[in-house]
Amino acid sequence: MPALPLDEAGKYVAAAFLVFLALLLIYVAIMAGRLSRLERELGELHEALDRRDAGHDPARDREHVA
Amino acid sequence: MLTAVGAILRKDLLLELRTRESVPAMAIFAVTTLVVFHFALDRPTLAGDLAAGVLWVSFLFAAMLGLNRLFVAEEEQGGFDGFMLAPIDRTSLYVAKALALLAFLAIVQAIAVPAFAILLLDPSLWPVLPELVGVLLLGDAGICVVGALVSAIGIRTRARDLIVPLLALPLLIPVVIGAVEATAPLLAEGGAEPLPGRWLLTLGLYDAVFAAIAYAVFDDLLED
Amino acid sequence: MHGKGLRTLALLTALTLTAAYALVFFWTPNDADQGFVQKIFYLHVPMAIVALCGFVAGGIFGAMHLRTRDGRWDLRAYVAIHLSQILAVGVLVTGSIWAKGAWGHWWLWDEPMLVSFLIVFLLYATYQVLRFSIEDRERQARYASVFAVLAGAFVPINFAVVRMAESYVHPRTLGTTTGGMPGEMMLTFLIALAGMALLFVTLWKYEMASKNAVAEVRALRLRLLGDDDALPRRTAAPTL
Repeated sequence: MPALPLDEAGKYVAAAFLVFLALLLIYVAIMAGRLSRLERELGELHEALDRRDAGHDPARDREHVA
Repeated sequence: MLTAVGAILRKDLLLELRTRESVPAMAIFAVTTLVVFHFALDRPTLAGDLAAGVLWVSFLFAAMLGLNRLFVAEEEQGGFDGFMLAPIDRTSLYVAKALALLAFLAIVQAIAVPAFAILLLDPSLWPVLPELVGVLLLGDAGICVVGALVSAIGIRTRARDLIVPLLALPLLIPVVIGAVEATAPLLAEGGAEPLPGRWLLTLGLYDAVFAAIAYAVFDDLLED
Repeated sequence: MHGKGLRTLALLTALTLTAAYALVFFWTPNDADQGFVQKIFYLHVPMAIVALCGFVAGGIFGAMHLRTRDGRWDLRAYVAIHLSQILAVGVLVTGSIWAKGAWGHWWLWDEPMLVSFLIVFLLYATYQVLRFSIEDRERQARYASVFAVLAGAFVPINFAVVRMAESYVHPRTLGTTTGGMPGEMMLTFLIALAGMALLFVTLWKYEMASKNAVAEVRALRLRLLGDDDALPRRTAAPTL
């Protein structure tokens, strides 16, 4: 088992690693936000495409991008 | 290219001689900064590190003043267009501007250094004058090489006056380090000490590297 | 098409980082001088090295953009610099925490890594300001590339000069030198460094993929709806 001094030194080490994690998580969160905005836009585009195709060929398959 | 550089340099020097826009302001600013330092540090005299630091900070800030105005004439009066139509190497503009700035700084220092010696400096300058001039030139070269490039970058942006110091100051920190380390022994309390060769070498290398980079990228700034 | 291999890369990154920090806490011996606090070294120094490389890479990408005038190089430079700047913040904060833990001060002027990063951070803070202040996309990219080249060359020079200045007067205090480290510490350090490098590359590819996707969607939108949802506001990020 590691010696984990939870007094003085341990707090600093923990703080440093938490900062690292926080930066990483904030970054991921922002990227996730961008991703959802992207998906929303793609959804709008799909609808627009469908509306356009509805005039031509309603039976055309839609392609889902996972 | 040398003739082009000469022509542009001559134009800038003549312009400055006639309008006296930049240099007097820079010189006054440098001397005023020295006075402010006296009050800020609350000391009657300075020597060694402190003296070197105060001196170089004053020059740096005076240079910032000059940088903001370096390309202003070209930008406001269509000088860039005229320049780009001419069949000359575009980098000659950069070289000429850097040399012009060097000339301005030299004049400012010729005024500010004696003022400094009279107002604030404890040890005498006379014995170290040649070495001091050498260090000043090396440091000035660094300021001018980087400054002219940064000024060119900034002149075409919207926030011109803000961008130039923001870019130039961090880039010039190595020059400040080298110049102060080289100047401090000359102004030492108990009599001048020998020049530290490693710092002169460092300054020289910095000047060379950034001159080469500026030479390589300057063209791309003038495209449109 | 975009971000191929991203999943494997991400997995590899997670594995390496977990292994590295498991080693740090379960295997590597404590430092003789500083004790437990020294563990921050395995976080702070890899971040610093990767950030420095990232800034230099940004400079190289900028040079490529100037050479080829291909907008994609500018995007690569932007993302590299952007990520390195975030890492730089991490370096400064973890370095400060380490300084406080080991020496009782929140800042140490005689620690060259910290001082260099302060300067570099201040320099690159202007990158976005510069980009934002130029509206014309092509010129924005060009000027940003010039900046990236200039700043990328500056990073190693700055580090060398600061180090010369500090070591001349004071001995190294935080002990970030890797010389004279016992074998176990070196191994753990290298794994941590590899993990951090992998993290950078993963995030870089991730952000590149994201930006490319946004550009494609915008192009599609233009073709489909004839409306360029184009940001009515200026941005500092390059768009393809």
